[in-house]
Amino acid sequence: MSRVLIAGAGMGALRTAEALRAHGYTDEIVVVGDERHPPYNRPPLSKEALASKPAFEQLAFRHKASVEDVVWRLGESVTSADLAAHTAVLGDGEVLEWDALVAATGVRARVLPIPGGDTVMRHVVRTLDDALELRWLLTEGSRVVILGAGFIGCEVAATATQLGCTVTCVALDPLPMIRPLGPEFAAEMLRRQVGHGVEFRLGVSVAAMTERGETVDLELSDGSVVTADVIVEAVGSVCAVGWLDGNGLQLRDGVLVDSALRPLVDGVPVDGVAVVGDIARFPNPRFGSDSWRVEHWSLPTDTGRRAGAVLGARLAGVGYDEVLDSPFEPLPAFWSDQFDIRLQSYGMPGLADPDGIRLLEGDIATECVVGYHRGDELMGVVGIGMLRVVNGYRDKVGIGRGEMQ
Amino acid sequence: MALKVVVDMDVCQDHGQCVFAAPEVFALNDDGKLVVLIDEPDESQRTAVEDAADVCPVQAISIEG
Repeated sequence: MSRVLIAGAGMGALRTAEALRAHGYTDEIVVVGDERHPPYNRPPLSKEALASKPAFEQLAFRHKASVEDVVWRLGESVTSADLAAHTAVLGDGEVLEWDALVAATGVRARVLPIPGGDTVMRHVVRTLDDALELRWLLTEGSRVVILGAGFIGCEVAATATQLGCTVTCVALDPLPMIRPLGPEFAAEMLRRQVGHGVEFRLGVSVAAMTERGETVDLELSDGSVVTADVIVEAVGSVCAVGWLDGNGLQLRDGVLVDSALRPLVDGVPVDGVAVVGDIARFPNPRFGSDSWRVEHWSLPTDTGRRAGAVLGARLAGVGYDEVLDSPFEPLPAFWSDQFDIRLQSYGMPGLADPDGIRLLEGDIATECVVGYHRGDELMGVVGIGMLRVVNGYRDKVGIGRGEMQ
Repeated sequence: MALKVVVDMDVCQDHGQCVFAAPEVFALNDDGKLVVLIDEPDESQRTAVEDAADVCPVQAISIEG
């Protein structure tokens, strides 16, 4: 009896387990994850689930019959692993041996070091428990200060505004969501957010926080002060990869892997180990010769299926070389809901040249599709509305995929 | 038991990702609304509809049978 150990119990873990079964692996699968919930869908946590009452039952992923015998060890975590000895240590000291290991530990919400910032009024939105805690504080009239103006920050800003909160968004960036969207699109999103009542304090950081009874004063780097009843921090993520220390892996930005998702030690892949989801920094020839880590919703499924195919073939001893040679060029996709706005993106718009962002369809003030080009190549598209038109560009994203736009 | 596709239309937000996975079973109409073309697709569509259920951002698709 062999064992696959999956560290992390999110969507990537579930998809990997399903793919292992689909590729003929019938022995033991053990999933260890620190959250108390089995895998659930996270995007609604800043959107519709936060607007209503977040409930696990509505967010849970259905489990296919093939993974009913998977052992879920929830509320536990893998604290270290020895890739040469094929062992892993859990929080309570228990040592688990494995024949294949899947690293699916994902990311944590980043928390800024701020003087005076040790207050219970600071919140993040990464887990269902985070959302449950935050939901009851987003009451009509409460003053919500959001740190960060990326997608999560802007989605929470919209949700909290719709719940009747007074929302101020504080960010170091000059415009919301500017890094993926570019300045013109970001300026349009700012206009729309402001039109719905969100206040923005851009180009500033938080210098200090001072708790005053039930509220917190945030002193900004321009000297101004904003008072909050609730603070929501949405300033990016930190990869949960510390448990892989000591194995010679490249852990600077996630885990550097090859196209079979095997981690690299001095450029040599480690067989029998796969990295999936948010922490996998993998080569994607669709966009060039680099390796990228992508936190979009579509990636745990893409990488989980890949890992299941690779490990399934290796454990069976059948067709491994063929799987390794098969191309892996997933197309990242994400969406965002903010007020009445639906954004849909395919590809990696952030890879565009500064002057490579062009309107492809429609009108940016209403509905549109914007193309993100590097040279003549379409690296990504983002649409406001116009879903069928945006979807029509999906297969044209990537090097050598589309006609000139 | 025959394959049966059920979409919870109260949950569906017309993302249309299922259309890429199973174009013979799902489509977006001219108004951008999701329509199920075949409720009980042929067994040959099983992988495609299971894929469609996986990639639905709001997990509105369930497969029976």
